[in-house]
Amino acid sequence: MDEQFEPKLIGILCNWCSYMAADLVGTSRIRYAPNIRIIRVMCSGRIESQLILWAFRSGADGVLIGGCNPGDCHYQEGNYKALRRVTLLKQMLPQFGIEPERLRLDWICASCAEEMRKTVEGFTAQIRNLGPLRLQTPPLLKPIKIEMEVSRHVEA
Amino acid sequence: MSGFNSSTNGHPPRIGVFICHCGTNIAGKVNVPEVVEFARTLPFVAVAKEYKYMCSDPGQEMIKHDIQQYGLTRLLVAACSPHIHEETFRKVASEASINPFLFQMVNIRELVSWVTEDGHEATEKAKAMIRAAAKRVLFHDELEPKKYPVKPGVVVVGGGIAGIHAALVMADAGERVYLVEREPSIGGHMAMFDKTFPTLDCAACILTPKMTTVRRHPNITVLSYSEVVEVSGFVGNFKVKVKKKPRYVVEEKCVGCYECIEACVFKEPRFPNEFDLGLGKRKPIYVPFPQAVPPVPMIDPETCIQFRTGKCPKGCVNACGDRDGIDFDQKDEIVELEVGGIIVATGFDTFDASRLPYYGYGIYPNVYTGLEVERLLNASGPTGGEVLLRNGQKPQSVGIIHCVGSRDENTNRWCSRVCCMYSLKLAHLMKERTGAEVYNFYIDIRAPGKGYEEFYDRLLQEGVHFIRGKVAEVSDWAMTPDEENRLVIRVEDTLIGMVRRIPVDMVILSVGLEPQRDAQEVTKLFNISCSTGNWFMERHPKLAPVSTMSAGIYLAGACQGPKDIPDTVAQAGAAAAEVLALTHKSVIEVEPNTAFIDERYCSGCQICVGLCPYSAIYYDEEKKVAVLNEPLCLGCGVCAAACPSGAAQQHLFQDEQLYAEIEGALVGVG
Ligand SMILES: Cc1cc2nc3c(=O)[nH]c(=O)nc-3n(C[C@H](O)[C@H](O)[C@H](O)COP(=O)(O)OP(=O)(O)OC[C@H]3O[C@@H](n4cnc5c(N)ncnc54)[C@H](O)[C@@H]3O)c2cc1C
Ligand code: FES
Repeated sequence: MDEQFEPKLIGILCNWCSYMAADLVGTSRIRYAPNIRIIRVMCSGRIESQLILWAFRSGADGVLIGGCNPGDCHYQEGNYKALRRVTLLKQMLPQFGIEPERLRLDWICASCAEEMRKTVEGFTAQIRNLGPLRLQTPPLLKPIKIEMEVSRHVEA
Repeated sequence: MSGFNSSTNGHPPRIGVFICHCGTNIAGKVNVPEVVEFARTLPFVAVAKEYKYMCSDPGQEMIKHDIQQYGLTRLLVAACSPHIHEETFRKVASEASINPFLFQMVNIRELVSWVTEDGHEATEKAKAMIRAAAKRVLFHDELEPKKYPVKPGVVVVGGGIAGIHAALVMADAGERVYLVEREPSIGGHMAMFDKTFPTLDCAACILTPKMTTVRRHPNITVLSYSEVVEVSGFVGNFKVKVKKKPRYVVEEKCVGCYECIEACVFKEPRFPNEFDLGLGKRKPIYVPFPQAVPPVPMIDPETCIQFRTGKCPKGCVNACGDRDGIDFDQKDEIVELEVGGIIVATGFDTFDASRLPYYGYGIYPNVYTGLEVERLLNASGPTGGEVLLRNGQKPQSVGIIHCVGSRDENTNRWCSRVCCMYSLKLAHLMKERTGAEVYNFYIDIRAPGKGYEEFYDRLLQEGVHFIRGKVAEVSDWAMTPDEENRLVIRVEDTLIGMVRRIPVDMVILSVGLEPQRDAQEVTKLFNISCSTGNWFMERHPKLAPVSTMSAGIYLAGACQGPKDIPDTVAQAGAAAAEVLALTHKSVIEVEPNTAFIDERYCSGCQICVGLCPYSAIYYDEEKKVAVLNEPLCLGCGVCAAACPSGAAQQHLFQDEQLYAEIEGALVGVG
């Protein structure tokens, strides 16, 4: 029998709500699938489309964005800005051969441990069903400045 | 500016990786030695070590020692959440003379060992996260924390016992305090009670002197009948806008003689008094209760004849005479305050008993809530302290139902913590005042405070009846002559395993505590969060119980969760001390996660200008670039995300750092 496909997932969470929820899942010793790698930003409004595409290009099979509930953003409305970007990007993803379901945006409040678990479990299962991402045209959208830095120093 | 050569003088970076066992919290799941071995293989890692408790003194000393010995220029600590120990290890870095921001914390406890079932998976996940951080930290820059002067002064929101106590502590320490209360008087719920458990001291005797001290204190300004409408700025430098609602009696001119109330055309009080929960009456011009602070009457425009018809003989105005204190044209007034810190002490609301129709509240006149009975028992309440049924007779028997709206899947799951105790208090007082037989219907008796269990014992000896079981129903449906014209409480007595019917004359519902109805709006106003059920969330349930996630904003009292008066006062003192620790600093250090704009890449498109929620970016017409006004930036990073050329960046969350972290989490060895 084939070994079950285990997706690689990136979760980019805002510091004040969704990352707090992720911490709380831990403190409450609630278990979830190990596939997700969590990156912390101050606000979901910091997350731009290029960053998400970069995650896909680097091998993520799915990207989860977590922000505060509408109205609860620590910086007024960064989460609405994230919503707008994600909505637009989802429309573009098929052009790169990425199913829009591979990108998910959720609002998770700081005390919503159970919701966090459900979201991660649900997303992992969904991407597991979808199978690995096979990029046809790797989106090369990283600002040139960084390309140079990274290749010069790290990949050398 | 960016790039990892910036602080290594051309030498390749040298990273030290320190992995914590956290006792068995991490090491019990993650194979730490394997992760250490793995870390040693990562590019630029000069040393990787493990230790039982990295945050302990020996752990910190080890890191400092290794920084020197191995000439480290970057530091990674893989341990708990950055929300817990980031500060600790930044300090370690600085003490060993590495810039504290050339450090990255890797959360392998909350995000890995505690949430992963399988040890192998957990180990792999920890490796990936360390790899990600080891890539990211290469791009860290040396930063200095931003320093700002701290303004003196504190706004306390909510004038219950929590707000009052916090205000007094701070004012006595010489701090300028603005106490904002939305009701006409300060005092909160405590001002409504007659006696307080477990000591049965009279609430007014211990509260009223405090209220008076607040009013007289040279360092306290009471803004009553007022609400905070806007909060801006940041820790140490808040701007708070307060709306003073019109009371139509000018506070500065009023001498508190109440001749205006006497002279009102309504000779007798006719309208339900809100403070008495409608059980007592007031005139259109009134003070909510005799000990109100400030002792200034107010006019209710809904019931005042002058407001309704414009044709009142205005007895109040004549009585006030030359003092000229009545002003029918008073308008909202906005007061702007600049302060260093804020305490939110907005208290609680009680559960609305009509949500449980089977208890008959609002259906049978002799079903009361605990709070209403507090008013009836109060010597300065609507009945002068006498508890009578609606027909004017003394009750012969009283049933007190505990946990109404608490500990129930269908209403609120939490225990309200004070209901058992106030039920006992009411039982005692009812027996003392009316001689009635008193029955308590309880699920469990929760009496965990100092002197509480002893109070319960005392009641058992006083001959109050205790029936263990959740009441099914209160009705007026009589099955025996004894039940005629009475209320029947139907309950399964779980101690004797039998359904019982207890006829009583009066039912008291011990309603639970709930967050204020506007809790959500208040959290938005102050940029704080709610925990489950809308109680305000503390920064850490154990280690930072009065702080919030917003620096400079603190919590006191029942707004954070159900609490009795002793706990409320203790917490208010703690909040006051935390604020004093803040305002007594001359400067405050703020996380340097602000934005910066690299002029070389800025095309002057101005997208960031419109997006910034704090108007911290403006356009320089001459240079044709966007410029950041740093003190206004609170570090959300929305400009960095929106900038098409990568010119706008956010310190600690720069493009390079995030790209490197994501890449490291996904690709590479291991
Ligand atoms: C029936 C009953 C009996 C009790 N008996 C006892 C007892 O005997 N002993 C005991 O220890 N505890 C008792 N308690 C508990 C006690 O009431 C609380 O511990 C205490 O009142 C909490 O104080 P607080 O200041 O946090 O909140 P509160 O007393 O609720 O005060 C909050 C204040 O903030 C104001 N406010 C709210 N929102 C705003 C806003 N947005 N802007 C400005 N102001 C605002 C409110 O008007 C109020 O004045 C009893 C509780 C109940 C319900
Ligand atoms: S801070 Fe959570 S979305 Fe903005």
